[in-house]
Amino acid sequence: MAQPIIMPKLGFDMAEGTLITWTVAVGDAVSKGDVIAEIETDKATIEIETTVAGHVLQLLAGPGDIVAVGAPIGYVGAEGEAAPDDVAPPAAKPAAQELAPAVEAAPAPAPSVSPAPAAGDAPVPVTGDKFPGRIKASPVARRIADERGIDLSRVTGSGPGGRIVKQDVEDFPVEEAPAAPVTETRAPVPVGDIPTGPDMDTIELSSLRRRIGQRMVQSKQYVPHFYVTTAIDVAGALALRQQLNASVTDETRKISVNDLIVKAAALTLREFPNLNSHFYGDVLVRYNRINIGIAVALPGGGLINVVARDADKTALGAMAAQNRDMIARARDGKVKTDEIEGSTFSVSNLGPYDVEHFAAIINPPEAGILAVGAAQKVPVVLEDGSLGVGMRMRATISVDHRVSDGAEAAEFMKAFKDLIENPMRLLM
Amino acid sequence: MADRPITIREALSAALREEMHRDERVFIMGEEVGVWGGTYAVTRGFLEEFGEKRVRDTPISEMVIAGAAVGAAMAGLRPVAEIMTINFAFVAMDAIINHAAKIHYMFNGQFNVPLVIRTTTGGGKQLGATHSHAPEVIFAHFPGLYVAVPGTAYDAKGMLKAAIRDDNPVLFVEHSTMLQRRSPVPDDDDFVLPIGKSDIKREGDDVTIVTFGKGLEWSTEAADQLAQEGIEAEIVDLRWLRPLDLEPVFESFKKTNRCVIVEESLPMFNVGAEIAAQLQNELFDYMDAPIKRVAAMDLPLPYNREIELMALPNPQKVINAVKEVL
Repeated sequence: MAQPIIMPKLGFDMAEGTLITWTVAVGDAVSKGDVIAEIETDKATIEIETTVAGHVLQLLAGPGDIVAVGAPIGYVGAEGEAAPDDVAPPAAKPAAQELAPAVEAAPAPAPSVSPAPAAGDAPVPVTGDKFPGRIKASPVARRIADERGIDLSRVTGSGPGGRIVKQDVEDFPVEEAPAAPVTETRAPVPVGDIPTGPDMDTIELSSLRRRIGQRMVQSKQYVPHFYVTTAIDVAGALALRQQLNASVTDETRKISVNDLIVKAAALTLREFPNLNSHFYGDVLVRYNRINIGIAVALPGGGLINVVARDADKTALGAMAAQNRDMIARARDGKVKTDEIEGSTFSVSNLGPYDVEHFAAIINPPEAGILAVGAAQKVPVVLEDGSLGVGMRMRATISVDHRVSDGAEAAEFMKAFKDLIENPMRLLM
Repeated sequence: MADRPITIREALSAALREEMHRDERVFIMGEEVGVWGGTYAVTRGFLEEFGEKRVRDTPISEMVIAGAAVGAAMAGLRPVAEIMTINFAFVAMDAIINHAAKIHYMFNGQFNVPLVIRTTTGGGKQLGATHSHAPEVIFAHFPGLYVAVPGTAYDAKGMLKAAIRDDNPVLFVEHSTMLQRRSPVPDDDDFVLPIGKSDIKREGDDVTIVTFGKGLEWSTEAADQLAQEGIEAEIVDLRWLRPLDLEPVFESFKKTNRCVIVEESLPMFNVGAEIAAQLQNELFDYMDAPIKRVAAMDLPLPYNREIELMALPNPQKVINAVKEVL
């Protein structure tokens, strides 16, 4: 019996993926777990493994095709078995169509590379009881909203349980609708002819770049950020790191400053479960596991989060080795799905770039993100009142004000600072 | 042609009389249809007018009535068999479902069964659980059998004449509490309505009420009251459960985006279930609210008058359902 290979859903907001290449051909024998294709999502290039053993019967999608999540891209079955002819072809579209110039469709609905507006992705004002994060809207309301480019997350529902009904979308001012910046990275950009000329180059945004843009606009549009900054004495932590690394000769086992920060953030979050959470409208989902997303800059531009799972529980050395491996593969575009999904809190570290201090944008639906600058020699007032030289690192937490307030964020930063300044606790 | 208001009973009598004059193969058989003039007096005077060869009293055996009628129809006559109430049709199920509905198919079209079985349906008259069913939907389950469920005198006459003239077996279901309802009916021997056509009984933009038979009465009363509150219900009268004509329902739903289905059937596996399924399948993107059903309660109909009426639909229940979807 031929089994379909389907376009997997590799993230909660993934609607479709691009087939990059097949690593098998029709007729090849495959075992369960074999890599058969590479798929590009908005976030990364990912290797797809087959979940069934057999022979490749049919490859439905070709390189560059964009296929909807859940649609078949090929079939695996018994050797010599006929490929199912009666299957509908996948919802494949030539990649070129998807890459139409951004400005061309300014007032049109969101480009198909973007997910359905705000469904579970951005914080939403209206939620169903059973499905936190899902907008409750009737089918006809959804259709009309789609036709008019109305972002349902901005519509107030008047139906039972706050359901958005037809009348609500019909009453929604249409002239506002095209603004819908939630899904339109370019919405704030002036609409008009793109300037061209000999003195300039026009660069088409990559899907990753667009995706980052969409998410960041979503975040800045909906998430009320506030920021709390503190300066941390890192002399002890740096000394400890030096000491630890001096004892290992294998480069791949060395511990980075970032590993210490991730570990400290994770241990601090144990005491602040409110910040280890996702915000879904009327519901806050607190996680019992602490998975720290680590922002990784990619060589071609853009960034993705790799996730240090159970960072509070994983021994520092083991976590450091995993992080190093994931980050390297992320830069090669070869991370696995579960390495970029499921973060409960994020850390962004620009210390290696000698940045004094910065504030990061929250990655919704997470409640916060910690931005860390470089450890720098600075003049400090010593205990006896005289001036001296100290090592200081400034860290800033960005917090969703719907989830928490300044006092809790300040407490978090104090606890985080205490941990870094007493770094032996990071080894416990 | 002047239409004059007559009762459903008169409309049925007129249809039978006209068709018996028109085609001598048409004859009536059933319990007490002759000497007594019919349990509901639809065939009063027929015995005198047409004679006992064409108006035949039968034994109290529904299997005999339905079975003999099927045989007569196969042999070339056009029987109009009367089963006193649809509750007794359960006894004749084999003749109706396995014979009348299947013979044309089983014998590769060599036989037609131009049979009409007239019967009455419905509760609300304190006849107890076994004599108060409205089980038309059971018979509509089977391909091969038409099921007519008129709700006005106009429809009763035009549909019965159509049923008698058609070569397919038809179960013609009259509601026992509606025989006195009056409406204008063309006084025309050739007034025949098409088989399998629904009818918009009232126009409105706010909600679609789909109904038939007794439900039409409840729905009309509900719609009158709703109109006083500014809510305009569109009423689609199915008239036939088979062939089922949902085009007017779909068209109406595209306009209103909301639907309530009203019927006297029990709630499980009923007409509303079928229509709701088809609506969501065909017009998912037009739905603005869940589809609601008004039906009898899921229990054997109680004998006590007050409790019996509680268990049945009524206009207030229709109003409540409409307000739930608005």
